[in-house]
Amino acid sequence: MRDVAVVAFAQAPNVRRDSDRNEVEILMPVLHEVREKVGLERDDIDFVVHGSTDFQAGMPFSFVGALDAYGAWPPINESHVEMDGAWALYEAWVKLQTGEIDTALAFAYGKGSPGDLVDVLRLQLDPYLVFPLGIDPIGMAAIQCRAYLEGVGRTEADMASVAVRDRRNGMTNPCAQVTGEFTVEGLLAEPMFVSPLRRHDCPPISDGACAVILAAGDRARDLVEHPAWVVGIDHRIEAPGLGMRDLTVSESTRIAAEKANASGTFDVAELHAPFTHQSLILEDTLGIDAAVTQVNPSGGALAANPFMVAGLTRIGEAAQRVLDGAAGRALAHATSGPCLQQNLVCVLEAREG
Amino acid sequence: MANNVAVVGIGQTKHNTQRNELSMPGLVREAATRALEDAQMTWADIDAVVIGKAPDTFEGVMMPELFLADALGAPGKPMLRVHTAGSVGGSTAMVAAGLVKAGVHERVLTVAYEKQSESNAMWALAMKIPFAPPLVAGAGGYFAPYVRAYIERHDVPDDIGIKVAVKDTNNGVLNPYAHKQMTVTYDEVRDSMMLWDPIRFLESCPSSDGACALVLTSEAHAASGKLPPAWVHGMAWRSEPTMLARQDKVNPRAGQECARDVYAQAGITDPRRDIDCAEVYVPFSWFEPKWLENLFFAPEGEGWKLTESGATSLDGDIPWNMSGGVICSNPIGASGMLRFAEAAMQVRGQAGAHQVDGAATALGHAYGGGSQFFAMWIVRNTKP
Repeated sequence: MRDVAVVAFAQAPNVRRDSDRNEVEILMPVLHEVREKVGLERDDIDFVVHGSTDFQAGMPFSFVGALDAYGAWPPINESHVEMDGAWALYEAWVKLQTGEIDTALAFAYGKGSPGDLVDVLRLQLDPYLVFPLGIDPIGMAAIQCRAYLEGVGRTEADMASVAVRDRRNGMTNPCAQVTGEFTVEGLLAEPMFVSPLRRHDCPPISDGACAVILAAGDRARDLVEHPAWVVGIDHRIEAPGLGMRDLTVSESTRIAAEKANASGTFDVAELHAPFTHQSLILEDTLGIDAAVTQVNPSGGALAANPFMVAGLTRIGEAAQRVLDGAAGRALAHATSGPCLQQNLVCVLEAREG
Repeated sequence: MANNVAVVGIGQTKHNTQRNELSMPGLVREAATRALEDAQMTWADIDAVVIGKAPDTFEGVMMPELFLADALGAPGKPMLRVHTAGSVGGSTAMVAAGLVKAGVHERVLTVAYEKQSESNAMWALAMKIPFAPPLVAGAGGYFAPYVRAYIERHDVPDDIGIKVAVKDTNNGVLNPYAHKQMTVTYDEVRDSMMLWDPIRFLESCPSSDGACALVLTSEAHAASGKLPPAWVHGMAWRSEPTMLARQDKVNPRAGQECARDVYAQAGITDPRRDIDCAEVYVPFSWFEPKWLENLFFAPEGEGWKLTESGATSLDGDIPWNMSGGVICSNPIGASGMLRFAEAAMQVRGQAGAHQVDGAATALGHAYGGGSQFFAMWIVRNTKP
């Protein structure tokens, strides 16, 4: 495989309601910032791809507006996935592997604030057999959580400790949304939200955007001192039916990690776990040892979870530690669909593969 | 790096106004199983699935690849979902081909679909307040002024659109999968209702339920199919903004640059001479002369002369839309892939009654949005 690295990452501040700006206005400064970090002009980017969803914007073809945020004149080499931006980055990585291009920009945006995101996400469900049951993604996560707690023997205190960790980590991230010092005892004193989930077990609803620039070989070496080399990347999906998979593990994460060679130890792991118990499932599946690996230094999805963006943000945050020279080996993970249905694993290293 | 890509399996549904007997999983499986049969493969042979469709609002299911994962045999495998407006079927095939070209996977199933009977696509395509002024009724309403601009700019005879509609509609009768199955005369098209002046009812695409699927492989598996493969010789896409003062909506620069790119990859210098047939996204009949110019089959202002002379008919020197094209079937998300599939079917010699004798090089073309997203590929019956 061709040597490809993340060379720049930028993100918008994640907020509950960015009511003064539309998606294009949130994106533009991020897209300028990410290019300015490596001194690339618009025409220096060979390929552009982004992730977003029409149902969040509430209109068909909402992604077309992103062309105006990036600027598409003269016409550009461009694509779009109706997926989290992490999969846009994957498409860019594949394009770099064909040898057709040397640089690529992957970005994502999502405004969760205009609608009722929980209600909107119900529309992801099988419209014939599951949607009519009236369940929503939080209810499904609660089913998974109950199965996990009873099947594996973990506790609500274990879950609360994930929230304590991520919210504390988020205090050092100026773009994080829900941060602060909390205690496990304090959080467990809060009332149930959707049992066994309390509010702190669930992600915030966010407005946000982020962008990553990838470059191949010498182009990456010329642009930055410490490129974050993508030495492994893979993604897998599982069946949608909750009864068709073991909810207490993440089989698709396991396969993706194996294909991405995500074994050994990591300095940093950024996990896209919108719910506290999902962080525990992912840490189990990925074999992360908290004694040697710092998990979610950014605060993760519990500190900010812009839908369609937060997965790409994990790759950007993990890569940033390598770019800064702070980490030699970093793991990034992204998820999509109810109860960790689809997962992507990316291994980033200071040394090329 | 840069492996050859072969099309070894092609499948599509019977397209129709409503496929009420099929669920969405049933619709995509009808196309996918036919592609697998053609490729002489099973679900287990597939490494990855790439699915595409137009706006999710058409069926009211958000990111439907999540619920279609097991219907397409994807659990445990990678699954990607592409959405690039009306060009999406072409873009989806190109993303899938890219996985093979990059050497990431060996055998990729790609599927595109739309089940438009779940909603009303015309009104779904009409942007609502506060996103746009309430002036446009569907794609026809959006494109009609640009068709009129084309006619006036080049002083084009006003019945070229009728002639394209007669040709494409009658080609559709030769294609058992086509939605429209009707023979029409010049007078019938001329006398059909004017919907968005100058676009008449019979000059417009239908709203269809349908799907298309392809199996793409590396060279190592290229002999898998029932027939020799179609080889991909070039792929390109380009995008330009929706509204920009400098752009030409009649002859878009993104389409021209996309065509130049794909021709250069395939070594094509004179498309009319070097390409044997073309399946081009013509949802309203007037787009044939417009795209003949945009794709350099004719000098600017003279595309209509090819149509009028019969050059683009099935027995002409450069047949366009042998399958009946988008005028006969338009499951929007699948329409681009159907164009790409027809090009591959032609060079594999599997197009049946709408086969162009000896077709060796074919163009598949898709466009979307406000004539701003373009996707094209060139396939041949010989290896690059």
